[in-house]
Parts: sequence; C-alpha cells; structure tokens
Amino acid sequence: MRRTDLYTLLAIALLVVLYPLLVGGNEYFISLLVFLGINGIITMGLCLFMGYAGQISLGHAAFYGIGAYSSGILTTKYSIPPVGAFFTGIFLSALIAWLVGKPTLRLRGHYMAVATLGFGEILYIIFNELSPLTGGPSGLSGIPSLEIFGYPLEGAAYLYLAWGFVLLLLIFSLNVINSRVGRALRAVHGSELAANAMGVEASRYKVQVFVLSAIYASMAGSLYAHFVTFISPSSFSLMFSILLLMMVVVGGAGTIWGALLGATVLTLLPEYLRGLEDFEVLAYGAILMIVLLYMPRGILEGLRSLLGKRKSRGAKAHE
Amino acid sequence: MNERILRVQGLWKSFGGLRALESLDFTVSEQQIKSFIGPNGAGKTTLFNVLTGIFPPTEGTFDFAGRSLNGLKPHAIARLGISRTFQNLALFGNMSVLENVMLGRHIRTRTGLFSAGLRLPGMRREESAIQEKAMEELRFMGLENRATAEATSLPMGEQRLLEIARALATQPRLLLLDEPAAGLNMRETAKLSETIRMIRDRGITVMLVEHDMSLVMEISDEVLVLNHGKKIAEGSPKDIQRNPEVIAAYLGEEAGDA
Amino acid sequence: MTWASQLIQYLFTGLTLGSIYALVALGFTMIYNSTGIINLAQGEFVMLGGLIMVFFTMVLKIPIVIGLVLTVLGVTMVGALFERLAIHPLKNASLITLIMITLAASILFRGVAMVLWGKDPYALPPFSGSQPVQVWGATIQLQILWILGITILVVFGIGFFFNRTLIGKAMTACAFNPLAARLVGINVRRMVLFSFGLSAATGAIAGTIITPITLMEYDRGPLLALKGFAAAVLGGLGSGPGAIVAGFIIGILESLGAGLISSGYKDAIALLVLLVILWMKPSGIFGSAEESELKKF
Repeated sequence: MRRTDLYTLLAIALLVVLYPLLVGGNEYFISLLVFLGINGIITMGLCLFMGYAGQISLGHAAFYGIGAYSSGILTTKYSIPPVGAFFTGIFLSALIAWLVGKPTLRLRGHYMAVATLGFGEILYIIFNELSPLTGGPSGLSGIPSLEIFGYPLEGAAYLYLAWGFVLLLLIFSLNVINSRVGRALRAVHGSELAANAMGVEASRYKVQVFVLSAIYASMAGSLYAHFVTFISPSSFSLMFSILLLMMVVVGGAGTIWGALLGATVLTLLPEYLRGLEDFEVLAYGAILMIVLLYMPRGILEGLRSLLGKRKSRGAKAHE
Repeated sequence: MNERILRVQGLWKSFGGLRALESLDFTVSEQQIKSFIGPNGAGKTTLFNVLTGIFPPTEGTFDFAGRSLNGLKPHAIARLGISRTFQNLALFGNMSVLENVMLGRHIRTRTGLFSAGLRLPGMRREESAIQEKAMEELRFMGLENRATAEATSLPMGEQRLLEIARALATQPRLLLLDEPAAGLNMRETAKLSETIRMIRDRGITVMLVEHDMSLVMEISDEVLVLNHGKKIAEGSPKDIQRNPEVIAAYLGEEAGDA
Repeated sequence: MTWASQLIQYLFTGLTLGSIYALVALGFTMIYNSTGIINLAQGEFVMLGGLIMVFFTMVLKIPIVIGLVLTVLGVTMVGALFERLAIHPLKNASLITLIMITLAASILFRGVAMVLWGKDPYALPPFSGSQPVQVWGATIQLQILWILGITILVVFGIGFFFNRTLIGKAMTACAFNPLAARLVGINVRRMVLFSFGLSAATGAIAGTIITPITLMEYDRGPLLALKGFAAAVLGGLGSGPGAIVAGFIIGILESLGAGLISSGYKDAIALLVLLVILWMKPSGIFGSAEESELKKF
C-alpha cells in the first residue's frame, strides 16, 4: 500500500494501544470509541461497495442486524458459543447478500437504490415481527458478553477487540484496493461498458463486493450485540442505513480514509447534540444537503483542498 | 498469414423496426488489417458491438478461431482474445493512465479477493509483472511519460492512444479499432498508421473502422464497404476506390442503387 | 359480518390505500418524466400535507376548504423551493449525487417536522362528519368516499392538464427531448419547476385526505414513498395511467394481505411487489422493455 496509508495505519494502531494511557478508564469514552470502531467497520465495507465499485445501498443496516441477531439469538436461545454464532451471522449475511445482490445489482442507479431500500425495510419488518425469535419491538436481552479463556472482555479490553478488527479489516481493505481486484472494482465504477470489454465481468464483481460489504456489516453487528448485550430493531432501521450512507458520502466516498472520517464525524456528532435530540434528524438532513451541494467529494477532499494540498495525480497531470 | 480467424455469416441486427445490419458475410484472415468504411449510420459501430457481445445478433453467426461467439457476453469474448477501442472513448476516468493499462492485464492474471486482501507473495509478484507489462504497452504507444496522470486529463489524441494501449495489454489475437484517428492531426495520423502496422507485426489481426480515407487506403490489406447495414463492396483498397457503387454511396445516388 | 361483506370491507380499505399510493406514484411519475430523477422525498410531501393541514384546521381553526387550499399552496412552495435550491444547482451532477440530494431533502423535511410537530401522530376530523355509511353490506367511513372522489378528480385534472393544456403538453415535450423542447422555445427550467410544484401539490392533497383516517406523523414518508414507487414501477415508470392503476392494485393487495394473511407484515407486501417487479420486469406491466432500455435512468 502507499506510504501515507501505512503511516496513517500505524498512527491509528498507536493511538489504540496507547489509549488507556491517554484517557484512562472513562467508561463513556470507551463506549463511544467502541461504537466508532463498530461503525467504522460497516463503513469500510460500504465504502468498498459504494466508493470504489460505484454502486449504492440504502439498506445496509439489514446486514448489520443479521449479524447482531445471529449472535444474539444463537448465544441466548441455543447456547451456541459466540464464535460459532459470529460465523453463522457472516454466512447468513453473505448468503442473503448474494441472493439479493444478483438480481438487484443488475439494476441501474435509481432502481438499485430503491430496491436496496425496500430490502432493508423488509428485514426491519422481519426483525419486528418474528417476536418468538427476535423478541420483536421490545428487543432481545441477556446476550452474553465475550470472554477469552475465562477472562471477560469488557471496557478497555473490548476496545482492543473492536479496534483490532478495525485495523485488520483496514489492512485487508487497503490491500484489496491496491490490487487487481481493486482495479477491477474501480473500472466497473469508471465505465462498466469498458470494464466488460476488457474482460472484467462487472456483474460478478459487483455481487462479490456487495457480499464482502455484507460480511463486514455482519461482523460489526456481532461485535455490537456482545457489547451492548441488548438489541432491538430500532438500531437496524432505515435511519441507520441512511446514517451509514452519510458516513461514506460525507467523509468522502472516494477513499476508505474518507469513509472512516465520516464514521468518526457522524458517530461523535450525536454526542454533541445531546440535549438537542429533537434537532438530530434535522441536523443530519442539513449536513447531508450542505455536503452534497458544496463539498460533493466529501469532507476529506474539502479539507485537502482547503489546506492547499492536491491529490498527487492531479498535480502531476500538468507536466 | 492466410488462416481465417474470424468468420461472419448471415449477420442481421435489427433494433425494433430499424435494420442496422443486413445479411452480412465476410471473413478476416490472421494478421490481416481489414478496414470497414461507409457513410455515417452504415452500421459499422453496430457491427463491432455485435462482434464484442454488447448486442446479440438478430440472426446469423460469427465464429472466432473456429469457436462460435453467438450468445457470449463481452467479458467472455474478451477472454477469448478479442479486444477493442471505442468510438466515443471509454476510459476509466477515475484511474490514472498506468492503471487503465494495468486493468488491461486483468484477464491474463489471476489474483482473487483473498490473495489480494491477505497480500500473499504470489499476488505481489503478479502485481509487479502487471505493472511492468503495462509500462511496456505505454512505451509502445509513446505514453510512458504520462503514466501517473489522470487518464481523462490527457489531450484527446493521447486518450485514443491510451485506449489502444489498454486494449493491447489484454494480449488480444484480434483488435478492433473504432475510429482511432478521429480528432488526430496529420502528423498524429501518420504515427498511428505506423503503430497499427507494428501491432500487426506483433501477430495481432486488426479490424479498423475509419473515416480517414488516406489512412484506410494506406494500411489496409482489405476494405469492406457498408451502406445501410449491407455490404456493398469488398476487396483491396485499389478495387474499392474504383468501385462505382462505393462512389455512389458516398456521393449520393448518381449511378445505380446505394 | 358475512364473508362477502368482509371482502367488500377489504376492497374499500384497499381502494383507500390505493388512492394514496396512486397519488404518490403520480407525483413520482411527473418528476421522473420531466427530469429523469426519482424523488425520494415524495413521501414527505404527503406527510407535510397532512401535518400542515392539522396546523391550519386544528390550531388556527380555519375552515377545511380554505385550510386545504392553503396547505396545498404551502407544500407546493416547499416543492418549488426544493427544486430551486437543491435540484437545479446539481443538474450536471452524477446520478448518485442526485439520488442522495432527494434523500437529504427527505431527511431534512422529516427533521423539520420532528421539531415542529414532535413524534406523535396527529388527527384530522373527517371532512363531513364521522357517521359511517353502509355500502353493499360493509360499513365504511364517509371519508373514504371523499378520498376516492378527490383522487379521481385529481387524476382526471392532471390528465386533462397534460393532454389538453399547452403548458401540460410543453412539460411532456420536455420529458421526451429537453433539447428539442428548448429549441422550440419552451423554458425547460420552468417546466421542471412546475413539475416539482405539481408533484408536491399532489402529495399534499393525498396527505390531507388520508389523515382523517390514518392519522399522520413525522416519519410516515419513507414507507409511503417506497410503496408509491412500487406502484410507479409496476405501472411502468413514466406512465401516469399505469401508476394510478398500479397504485390501486397495490393498495388492494395490501389490504387483502393484511386482512387474510397477517397484519404485522402488511407493509412487506408492497415492498415484496416492488422487489419482484424490479427483479423481473423493471419496465412494469404497462411499459415496454425496449423503451425502458433507452431511458436515461
């Protein structure tokens, strides 16, 4: 991967490791950072799908929910060990993503957007209606917290777990982006016609990256379930799908760093709006509008050009 | 150089009521440079689109090196060894010049999602091989100094050359060039002419759609003339230039039907 | 109640729902026809119609008819402002950006509604009293007849507008070929603005007539938009009559499904129709596959 990517990666790893020294055992901050990590995982997957492959999904909360409910239901009702539930969630998400993706990703822009929206809504209804299994609107409680060899993973330990995932997936994602596969995805985004003509089977790659993003979301869902030990359908609603979309777009859909930046901004923002909860939705709408109208390439690009830096390619283009 | 590499038989393509191609028969021999000319709307680009699997033919067959291409999708046809450029350019604007050509190596390489994500050693070797081959093609087309530029930041003429470099990177046996000289000045066209000959010398068969008559007459082994989707003449450049039907087609109905 | 009258009951509920879906679908179609965009904020026009009407009639105690007119005017202005401030500046933007700007607008409208009206549902009194009426053995509310009547009026009004008036025909021309339309002197910009205004008005009417029966809250929009879009696609995106018929079909399917199968999953019915149609024949039952291939989006 490129040098700047590597340095940023190391910087984040350093921050994670040194965290306890920096802020100590403040439970509130720890929670916040765990949620940030969880959202970051989903956002990375979604960014690969939307930013690099150039597609759109307005229903990704569904896969997050599938992961969370798989972990939740299997560990509470069927006493399946968390690892088993984790992989079951991944398998289910991948399978559903594949089944839904094949017909849906053939559709053009608007149709794809609405189909994914509809899909997400259907899953939300299912989470609400399958009460015997999911606990319905009142949710599922009693999800066991995780432990390693008898040592409970709570607080800062969970922070390390979640961010361990983030870093590993970040490395994986960066590797994919800078590879033959990443090029194929970006080619599909650039010109599906030309990609096909050059032998890249666009439909297959779109489904592949959709499934991959569903797997990321499922992992995040499982991490979420074992952290909060209580889940309910309201966490997997349309609003969350839109929030995920915003994280990718607002941060800067073009790169994975942009997506992580978006995840950071939009996870921390609600904390600043505490007490102004009534204005939360309004704030989201306003932010998204402003970014789309004035900073269409996202905050990351906006910051970059503000600081006078240009993308290295752009600079070298005028030789 | 006499083996038949492409055979088209009884090819028809209609779009609703519009007949774009009618009863087309022709063959292309290995390492031949065969040009397709005709007035605008004659069906030349439609022919290329059908041959590369973008549209299925309404009727007829076409086979490549003995293999039938009917019903194959574009990516499958590319894998078999047919590559092309586009009349209206279809570069990957979101990637650099080099990356565009590296994408051309896609079908000749194998790294999948997991080897890529885990950055296995085999993948790294393949990646540097891809980059090397891509640079080779850029050098062949004279674009090596533009490798890191954004593909669409290049002047139009160089963008056309880039598309050719990308198509060459797929290691095709048959290359379809759709109006590569459009927008090129005389000097650039002369260079293009030489490049096409060098492509043929590499063992690649070339099918060319062009409006630039001097280019066509200079480099073609054979020329096929289309009008209203039908073949009205086929032969050596000299024969075509003297053919009264061809002249009529271009100048309007003077003698005989067009 | 006998089985037959039970069925009639479901039918009327279905027609009621269907009217709203048909109006939403019509709104989608008008904007799609003039711009090629799918307006994801369409449901919010309905929501605003209902809630603003509540404000005029319940808070300001304005008589229903005047309240209706004012509400429709108000939401029309919202639609026009939306077009001017958010759609027009982005006319050359990428497809994804356009989709998202309408999404952003829908969130914004919802946010404003949440601030102004909170999360609770609001009611409107039925237009002519709450005395139910007996039709073919089924007991239905009078409001349903209002809904059906007004919907038919709106549908015919819009049909007349597009087919008989000069402005309407101009708007249709813009949909087919904006360049040609401009060349013959049609102000495409203004037509686009009109289509947004008209769409907003249609949505607002739907909101005002349905609220007496189903109440209205700040986040009714998305589900309505999805179902309305399902109808628009089912009828063949771009076809007004198709959208109307499909709207009623979906309404009746939903009502029958809710009554005969399960009411918890009733929303999923329309959504399943949406997915199936998109997967199998995106050109809808009245559209042609070839035609939709050639459309912009």
